[in-house]
Amino acid sequence: MSDVILKIENLSKQYRLGTIGTGTISHDLNRWWHIIRGKEDPYLKIGDSNDRTSKGESEYVWALRDINFEVNRGEVIGIIGKNGAGKSTLLKILSKVTGPTTGSIKFNGRIASLLEVGTGFHPEMTGRENIYLNGAILGMTKNEITSKIDEIISFSGCERYIDTPTKRYSSGMTVRLAFAVAAHLEPDILIVDEVLAVGDAEFQKKAIGKMKSISKEGGRTVLFVSHNMTTINTLCQRSILLENGKILKEGLTSDIIPYYLSSSQSEEMMPKAIFDIDETKKFQFTKTQIVNENDELIVDGIVSTNQNYYVNIEYVFKEDVSKCHLTLIIKNSSAEVILFLDRTDFYNEFFVAKTGKYTAKIKIQNPLLKPDTYFITLGLADNHSNINDHQFEVLKFKIEDMNSIRSSRTGSLFLPTEWNMVKNS
Amino acid sequence: MLSKDKWLFEITPKNSLFSLNLKEVWQYRDLLLLFVKRNVITVYKQTILGPLWYLIEPLFTSIIFTLIFNNVANIPTGAVPPFLFNLAGITTWNYFKTCLTLTSNTFSANAGVFGKVYFPRVIMPLSIVISSLFRFTIQLFIFIVFFAYFYINGAEISFNRYTVLFPVMMLLMGMMGLGLGMIVSSMVTKYRDLKILIGFGLQLLMYLSAVMYPVSYFTEKLPEYAWLVKYNPLTFIIESVRYQLLNVGEFDWLSFTYTALITLIVLFTGLMIFNKAEKNFIDTV
Repeated sequence: MSDVILKIENLSKQYRLGTIGTGTISHDLNRWWHIIRGKEDPYLKIGDSNDRTSKGESEYVWALRDINFEVNRGEVIGIIGKNGAGKSTLLKILSKVTGPTTGSIKFNGRIASLLEVGTGFHPEMTGRENIYLNGAILGMTKNEITSKIDEIISFSGCERYIDTPTKRYSSGMTVRLAFAVAAHLEPDILIVDEVLAVGDAEFQKKAIGKMKSISKEGGRTVLFVSHNMTTINTLCQRSILLENGKILKEGLTSDIIPYYLSSSQSEEMMPKAIFDIDETKKFQFTKTQIVNENDELIVDGIVSTNQNYYVNIEYVFKEDVSKCHLTLIIKNSSAEVILFLDRTDFYNEFFVAKTGKYTAKIKIQNPLLKPDTYFITLGLADNHSNINDHQFEVLKFKIEDMNSIRSSRTGSLFLPTEWNMVKNS
Repeated sequence: MLSKDKWLFEITPKNSLFSLNLKEVWQYRDLLLLFVKRNVITVYKQTILGPLWYLIEPLFTSIIFTLIFNNVANIPTGAVPPFLFNLAGITTWNYFKTCLTLTSNTFSANAGVFGKVYFPRVIMPLSIVISSLFRFTIQLFIFIVFFAYFYINGAEISFNRYTVLFPVMMLLMGMMGLGLGMIVSSMVTKYRDLKILIGFGLQLLMYLSAVMYPVSYFTEKLPEYAWLVKYNPLTFIIESVRYQLLNVGEFDWLSFTYTALITLIVLFTGLMIFNKAEKNFIDTV
């Protein structure tokens, strides 16, 4: 019999929409009046399910509604869903940052969360001082930290800067340090939210390896939230798919991801994506689309096996950067990476970017991919500082083939090959 | 599956007003110390004068107070030099003011950290009260320097047997600042109005707390409003501190009991409200 370490029962969380103003105090008074008379909170009865797109009637929404699940000791569980599905709310309740509206969470052991990075890092304090502070915030005692400090420092790979104030650190170094602290925390249940999106490839690999060993050897449980299906796929045996605050599906990751990618996002293709300008980023993507040879958007997102197509990527640099990568990753409907293309692999050098707006046009020769639905992930990174912009699964397109026998074959690629058959005797 | 109901921890929406969970605070004592250390060392980073600012502030305020209240308005301070009289009052008042203003900001100033990890929130205001004690000690040191100077020059000032109660007074002051600060910080997450109120409210409160005049003088001049000052527990603390350090004014055990009682009530109310607010503040802040 498996050992249940975490049990969530009928968990719901209600949020009030709109601004807080004079209306709030009247609702508060009304609620208080109901409660002192021993009645139920009048605002708990109402509330729409949390669907961003349709305009609800009530001011109150349910960010989570009746969530029930159990987690066994040593499991790594992935939590996936669209933006606004309730993932972050769930993690916030689990890490006790905010309370649930109804329901309960029962668990055996210490929960530690890694919601984003560098929590409580003070920019004026040195790396070493911040390790102590961050460790203590996460629930370690001073002695525990002292006994592990060398390990933490060497894991982070920031030895040289450890006595420098963290405000001099690059964002990548801050993440490394923060993750290093959390990884040595030894909680019974670790909550991780998107941290691995930052840091370079080498560190991501290290971090994923560490999380695997935390769960396998340490017997610890990890709840992992990410939009990066590849990471979820490699890390988690089991996943939970959330939609509009409810559990849509729960089961083996290998079943959940294709289901999520194909059905929950609806059958509609996404041949085009536009990104909001983020003031905090040095450089970023602004727009991307799949176009045909005449530079016209492929509106339905369907490409035939014989047709060449282009991925147009528009990006902006707000300052000069001397060594840049641009990567394009194509994944299939099971979230397996089919192609990982990095510009440096073809040109043997990084590119120099001056401040300005750019468009990159990447030609993809067909036939290449076998008929399936594909997702494109884009990455732009500065080789010096680990600063990057990643857009996971932003484009979705389909490759179709008129020849149905060809479509039904297994394998990932479809290449024109020469078949020379000679009669020898 | 033997023990279905044996769970070590549970998160539920209901929390009783009195679940203070001091055990948990004790578990996080290292964090408390680290926060205190952080507060102390980071305040004046990248300033030229650094901790000297701790001295400049009370000194200049005392000089201005002495000029206005004693030289212009002629408020008598007995045998005590007015500058020293004001310095004692301001040093004590400043401790309260720092505790209150900094703790009342707890939730909004730490929304970033509070939004990501859990630790007993009460650690934050506690660390502020303790680290403010460091600042207070430096200011007290300055007071002692001036005390010695005036003493050598023959001013009629002395300690007395109540001086041993001085740390108790400061404890009460800290508890008062903490309690009020926690009440304000919990309410301010929802209603920002309080933040504006606290700014000028503190200013007014200072005038009602006998910082720059002896209580006896106020009673004599404005007997019909004397209750405003007399029943203010802060007045008692400041008046007692002056009695303990300068041997001026009065001290009685009845007022002491009254002040201690009010302080405890404020502190517990603060803890209760704070405890209730900490669970969901992140949704409203």
